[in-house]
Amino acid sequence: MNHFIRTAAAAAMVTAIATAVATPAQAQANVSVKDAWVRATVPQQKATGAFMQLQAARDSKFVSASSPLTPTVEVHEMAMQGDVMRMRQVQSVDLPAGKTVELKPGGYHIMMMNLKAQVKEGGTVPFTLVFEGKDGKREQVEIQAPVKALNSAAKPAHAGH
Amino acid sequence: MNQRVSSITSRRAFVLSGAALALGALAGCSMGSSVSFNGTDITGADFGRDFRLKDPTGQERTLADFKDKVVLVFFGFTQCPDVCPTALARAAEVKTLLGPDGDRLQVLFVSVDPERDTPEVLNAYTAAFDPTFLALYGDAERLAETAKEFKVIYQKVPTGDSYTIDHTSVTYAYDTKGKLRLKLSHSQSAIEYAADVRKLLHAA
Repeated sequence: MNHFIRTAAAAAMVTAIATAVATPAQAQANVSVKDAWVRATVPQQKATGAFMQLQAARDSKFVSASSPLTPTVEVHEMAMQGDVMRMRQVQSVDLPAGKTVELKPGGYHIMMMNLKAQVKEGGTVPFTLVFEGKDGKREQVEIQAPVKALNSAAKPAHAGH
Repeated sequence: MNQRVSSITSRRAFVLSGAALALGALAGCSMGSSVSFNGTDITGADFGRDFRLKDPTGQERTLADFKDKVVLVFFGFTQCPDVCPTALARAAEVKTLLGPDGDRLQVLFVSVDPERDTPEVLNAYTAAFDPTFLALYGDAERLAETAKEFKVIYQKVPTGDSYTIDHTSVTYAYDTKGKLRLKLSHSQSAIEYAADVRKLLHAA
């Protein structure tokens, strides 16, 4: 019991320090994340995708994503070769300074696999996104992505749809 | 007919309108070449003639089950986060665009992932897009036969400790007589699909 309490206290201290150190970096965030969403699943469905828009102030790379939802989170690129769809994991996605890079159906997405539970419309999924600058320094951005219906269209519905 | 008007003008008009009618009838009777589709016209194709696959209740289905409807067939899998939901969402939009004609559309989703796509998951998946959409599946051998008949490629590709499946992403369209007519591309829109389905529904 004592050991547990001590370990928990140590963990809390480390987290506090880490957060304190992280906060200044977030205050001058290099990468902005917009319109993030996750496609809902039906029960027993084991995988789904997350989409969003990224924009970096300085030349950077999107290098990884993680989520408490599942240990298996990868960044994928979908490419049509003729009439055949191919999806491949990519090690990183280039974010040229000032350019909006979209993770959207037909292109990149965050792939979540080995899901243990249904991802329900109306919920949110936390992600930690890791970006790397040209100097090799990495920054983390935490987001909460809303879960949208499985049958959501690629683009958000415009007025009059 | 107005018998009191017996001038040359009215007779000419009668002859002209008769000729117009005849031409119109000819156009209607002609083969698919005079009707232009957004999809690729593959009328007369010697492939994709039929399938024998199970629906989520375990019942075996063939094309004949859907006679008098236009049938759209798409091959995919439920762990596909991009192309498959997009294709099924588009099919749902096609049904909406058709209005009352939507009742004469049958959308079929054939699984290329027999290892992971159970009947329960398949049923819930298609229902999320439209309750009338029907998932079909077969064991590995039946799937291989079906894919060959439909000229559809599918291939497992490992990723991480799981796998994805590369697969042909066209939609095949059958007319109300169960004949394969069109190959529609994933890059085409619901509006383009719906226009083609309407033409197939209203053909002679």
